[in-house]
Amino acid sequence: MKNKILLAGLTLALSLSVAALFLFEPTRVKAEAASGTEVRVDNFTFAPDTLTVPVNSTVTWVNKDDIPHVIASNDGVFKSKALDTDQKYSYTFTKAGSYAYYCSIHPKMVGKIVVQ
Amino acid sequence: MSGKNSFDKEAGGLIRHDHHKDGIDRRGFLKCMAWAGTGAVCVVSGGVLKSYALGSQGGAIAHKAGGLTFAQISDSHMGFNKPANPDVVGTLKAAVDKINALPHQPEFILHTGDISHLSNPEEFDTVDQILKATNKEVFFVPGEHDVLNDDGKMFRERYARHSQGQGWYSFDKNGVHFIGLINVMNLKAGGLGTLGNEQLEWLEDDVKHLKSSTPIVVFAHIPLWTIYPQWGWGTEDSAQALSYLRRFGSVTVLNGHIHQTMQKVEGNITFHTAYSTAFVQPAPGKADSPGPMKVPADQLRSLLGITDVNYVRGKLALAVVDSTLA
Repeated sequence: MKNKILLAGLTLALSLSVAALFLFEPTRVKAEAASGTEVRVDNFTFAPDTLTVPVNSTVTWVNKDDIPHVIASNDGVFKSKALDTDQKYSYTFTKAGSYAYYCSIHPKMVGKIVVQ
Repeated sequence: MSGKNSFDKEAGGLIRHDHHKDGIDRRGFLKCMAWAGTGAVCVVSGGVLKSYALGSQGGAIAHKAGGLTFAQISDSHMGFNKPANPDVVGTLKAAVDKINALPHQPEFILHTGDISHLSNPEEFDTVDQILKATNKEVFFVPGEHDVLNDDGKMFRERYARHSQGQGWYSFDKNGVHFIGLINVMNLKAGGLGTLGNEQLEWLEDDVKHLKSSTPIVVFAHIPLWTIYPQWGWGTEDSAQALSYLRRFGSVTVLNGHIHQTMQKVEGNITFHTAYSTAFVQPAPGKADSPGPMKVPADQLRSLLGITDVNYVRGKLALAVVDSTLA
């Protein structure tokens, strides 16, 4: 009997922690989404190279290189000024779609923003 | 963030392997390049490489033979202030001193781009002021850092008033035909440097009426030969441009952009890249990225430098000499 109670207690505790996991999960995801609109420009690459965001998201690129970079969409939708070290550029995507972009002075650097 | 690329003693910019299978005696080439840092002349003539200690020999021969001596500087990146070189003013002044100390003075100077770091007018002003101390005419082509925010408008107003299209031009000195090309604009995603159709058509027309015996010097920022496409070190449509030049007996192509010296010979065409006066970049593939490389302070000036070029009338190949600032 004692064991049964203990088992029930354990089960309850386990269920609670599982519930807690579910409870807290959305918060964690939300926190990720908030920082998930940034693209780091570092070592002549975009990280992440493909970023998926909801419509009306503002994406921010930050240059961590010692060399300037220019963020430019392949079809001319957006283009930044030259970003020196630690400078940022933001663009708000109001329409769904796939936006390929590159660094217009180092064209081997390519990336994509997917807006859903 | 600087210093991401660690110093590699091997990264002095020498070609160490015969990637091009061009039949050049690579050991002889290495020997020659090893001399370059202390002032040697490397002459490639008919595919045969000869090197001899310089002193002032190259300039003296050119001088006596009614030839031509000119200097090349590149990638001064005025405005750059990161640890890879916090004093680009000082190193550009050292390059000017080096030029002024050449025993046979070059008649003029070519600057193969990245004059400025961020295309700011003050950066161009500073370079202009420093170069005045050479008392020589300077011919410029832009690097990508010089045309950052205005499609090269400021560059053309300052340095290429009488140029064609986006700023390309040609001129003649002592029977040598010089062609300044632009391959840093309208770059396509995923691609390399680009000349573009308008410029290619102009080039074809520019050389059409020249005798095949006319020595040609082409200067442009990004190399006109493919050095390392992964880092964008090449030009998409350079083969088209070179096809207009193959009939000439002597073609010398001078580039910058990669901040290290390299040379390649392809038939009658000699390709050469110059040192930067500002900072060092890694040898191809020797780092995660081509970003500025921090080297020990006491070694920096041995990895920066200038180039002088001697044309001797009657000889096919021009002698291209690299000297460091050390």
